Amino acid sequence: MRPLEDYLVIDFSQFLSGPSASLRLADFGARVIKIERLGVGDICRTLYTSDLIMNGESSVFHAINRNKESLEVDLKNEDDKKLVQELLKKADVMIHNFRPGVMERLGFDYNAVAVLNPKIIYGEISGYGTGGDWKGKPGQDLLLQSVTGLTSLTGNEDSGPVAMGLSVVDMLAGAHLAQGILACLYRKVVKNEGGFVQVSMMESAYDFQFETITTFMNDGGCLPQRSKKNNANAYLGAPYGIYQTENGYLSLAMGSIPVLGKLLGCAELLDYTDVMEAYSKRDEIKAILAKHLLTGSTAHWLSILEPADIWCADVLNWDTLMAHDGFKSLNMIQEVEMADGYQYQTTRCPIRIDGELLTSAKGSPKLGQDNTQIKEFINQNIIADA
Amino acid sequence: MNRPLEGLLVLEFCQFLAGPSAGLKLADLGARVIKIERPGSGDACRQLSIKNIFVEEDSLLFHTINRNKESYAADLKNPEDLAKLKQLIAKADIMTHNFRPGVMEKIGLDYQSVQLINPQLIYGVVTGYGKEGPWAGKPGQDLLVQSVSGLTYLSGSAIDGPVPFGLSVSDIMCGNHLAQGVMAALIKRAKTNKGVLVEVSLLESVLDVQFEVITTYLNDGGKLPNRSQAKGSAHAYLSAPYGMYETADGYLALAMGSLPEICQLIDCDITDLYTDTHSAFENRDLLIERLAETFKKQPSRLWLERLERHGIWCAEVLNYQSATALNNYEYLQIEQQLDLGNAKQIRTTVSPIRLDHEKLFAAKAAPKLGFDTAAINNEFDIN
Repeated sequence: MRPLEDYLVIDFSQFLSGPSASLRLADFGARVIKIERLGVGDICRTLYTSDLIMNGESSVFHAINRNKESLEVDLKNEDDKKLVQELLKKADVMIHNFRPGVMERLGFDYNAVAVLNPKIIYGEISGYGTGGDWKGKPGQDLLLQSVTGLTSLTGNEDSGPVAMGLSVVDMLAGAHLAQGILACLYRKVVKNEGGFVQVSMMESAYDFQFETITTFMNDGGCLPQRSKKNNANAYLGAPYGIYQTENGYLSLAMGSIPVLGKLLGCAELLDYTDVMEAYSKRDEIKAILAKHLLTGSTAHWLSILEPADIWCADVLNWDTLMAHDGFKSLNMIQEVEMADGYQYQTTRCPIRIDGELLTSAKGSPKLGQDNTQIKEFINQNIIADA
Repeated sequence: MNRPLEGLLVLEFCQFLAGPSAGLKLADLGARVIKIERPGSGDACRQLSIKNIFVEEDSLLFHTINRNKESYAADLKNPEDLAKLKQLIAKADIMTHNFRPGVMEKIGLDYQSVQLINPQLIYGVVTGYGKEGPWAGKPGQDLLVQSVSGLTYLSGSAIDGPVPFGLSVSDIMCGNHLAQGVMAALIKRAKTNKGVLVEVSLLESVLDVQFEVITTYLNDGGKLPNRSQAKGSAHAYLSAPYGMYETADGYLALAMGSLPEICQLIDCDITDLYTDTHSAFENRDLLIERLAETFKKQPSRLWLERLERHGIWCAEVLNYQSATALNNYEYLQIEQQLDLGNAKQIRTTVSPIRLDHEKLFAAKAAPKLGFDTAAINNEFDIN
C-alpha cells in the first residue's frame, strides 16, 4: 500500500516547479489529474530541450508528467469551469503556479476554492511572492539563480557568473511545496483541517543557500571568493575540488595537506603543516596538487588514496556511471508506457518506503486523454450525492 | 500558530548536512526534534566550520543547520546510555540516522530491532550510495557523489572540464527527500498503525535532480550532454540565447526567448546565423558569442529596460550584496534572528514554506551539546 493511495490531486501547474511536486505525490500513490488548457496544454509539452521530441512531445514533459492523467478544459467556459469545480469538491490537494492574480481572475484562488471544499490543501508556487514590487516578474529558473547570488558560487574566480546547469530552483520549490502539502495532509488526518501552502522560488533559492547566506549575514558581508582553479566550494579550503589526471579526473574532498603530500609522493605539500593554510593558501596548494596529479592515472591515485581512507572519487559521465555495478544495484531506471503503447525509459522516485521502490509503469498523458473518464467519474458522483 | 507536525517527537541520530537538514524542515513544520549526540564531541558538524567562523564553541555552520532542535548526549557504545535511549525511542514517532550500512545493526538500533521497542516508529535512513552494491561502503560525501553521478558535466562551458555545483546539492536534495518520505510515512502510519521504513541516498537524490536530462539521455540514443564552448552558457540542453552575458558594467541573464525579437531590440545582426528556430540549437555557440559582443557595449540597466518592456525573460546578475539589498528580499522576510542568550544574536534564513498565510519563524538557537539531557530524562522518566 502506498502512503497516498485514495488521495486526489488536481494540478493546474505547468513547466517544472509545480509538476515536479505532483510527480512526487503521484509516486507516493496519489491520483494526479493535470488541468490543461484547451488545445495547448502544459507549455512544457512543446518546450523542446535538446531538440528531442518523443511521441510528439518534449522529452522533459515525459520525465515530469508520467504517472498522471490529463483533463483538457477551457476555464473560461462555464460548463468546463463547473466540471473542474466538481472535481475540486472531491479533491484532497490542488496545485498551481500561475503568476499572482491569474487564479483570482479565473475564480480558483484559495478563498474561492476553500468555499467549495474547506478541507482542501491548496498549494501555490510563485516566482517572487504574491505581493511586493516583483510579483509580476517571470519566475524562470535562470533568472532566479541570477538574482539570488547563486551564480557566484560555481566555477572559478575568473569564470564570471556560472549557473548551475539544471533548473535547480524549480526543483527546490517543487520539493518544498510537496513538503508543505504532505505536512498539511498529515494535519488533515489528525485534525480534519484544510490548509494553504505557499512557496516562492526566491525563498527556495535562499533556503538552498542557507549555509552560505548565513555566513554572509554574520561575517560582515564578505562576498564568496571562489578559488583561482579547481573550485568546488567558495567557502572551503584545499584540496576540495576536481583535478585533471593523466587520463581523466579525480575529485578530492576534505583531507590533511601533508598527509596527502606523503601519500601522493608530492614533497612540496609536506610543508603546509598549519591547518589554517588549507584555506588561506588554497590557491597555491591547489596549483601544486593540480600539477602533480597530472603525472598519474586516476586509477593509480585512487589505489593509493582509497585504502588510506582519503575522501576521493573518480569523475564519471552518464556512460561510465550507468555501466558501473554501483549504479546498476540502485535500479534507478524504469520503463513506462503511455496509453497509446509508446514506451520510454526514465528515472524512478528516489525514495524507498518499506523497502519498496516506488516505480510506476504509467507514462505521461496525451493532452485530454482522460476527459471522458473524468467526466463520467464526476457525473456518477453528482448522481450519488443527489 | 497551528503547525502541522505539532506533538510529534523526532530523534535525530544524523550528523553533517543531509539528515540534519531534514530534521530542520520537520522542526519548522512543528515537530520536536532531539539530536542524539556522542558525549564530548557531538555532531561532527559542531567543529566543521566554513571560513573558521565559530559562535561560542560551535561552528556557525552547525548553528545554521541545527536551530530549533534540542540535544541529548548519549554514547551508543555504553550499555547504560543505550538502555536510556531505548526508553526514549519507545516514546518517539520518528528516528533518523545516517550511519554507514551495518553500524546500527551492530549497536542493535536497526529498524528490525527498534520495531520490538516501538512498533509504530517511522525509521528514516540516509546513506551515500544505498545499502547494497560495490559503493555501499564508500564515504557519502557531497562532492564525491556529484562526481560519480554525471552532474559535473552540466555546468560551465565545454572547455572547463567537469564543473561541480558550488553547494552541497546532493546533501540538500537528499534532506528534502527524507523530509518528504518521513511525512508520507506519517500518513501511511495513520492508516496502518504500523511503523514505516524510509530510505534515501545522496546518489539517488542527485540522480533525481537530473531526471529531466537523464530521461533525455535514455531516449536520444545515449548522447552525452553537449555544453557550449561559449563562456556564460547556462544549460547544456537549451538553445541560444539561454545564458549570462557580460555588459559594460556587470552581467545579465537571458532565459528562453525569440532570438529575432531579442536581436532586433538590442540591435544585433544574426541573419547569417539564424534562419529558423532550429538555428538556435545548431548555431548555439556562435549565436551566444555574437550576442555577447553586443551586450558588452552598454550597461545592464539599459539592456534590461529595452528587453523587459517587451516581456523578454531577463534579469540582472546579482551578488549577495546587491541581492540582499533588493526590496523583495526584505518583503519576503528571508531572514530571522536567533537569540543565543547573553545578548548574542545571529541572523539566518527562515523556512521557505508559508502555511495558512504565515511564515514559519522559529527563533530557537541550536543547542549546546547535551543541553537538554537532564530535562529529557526527567520529562520521560528515563533512568
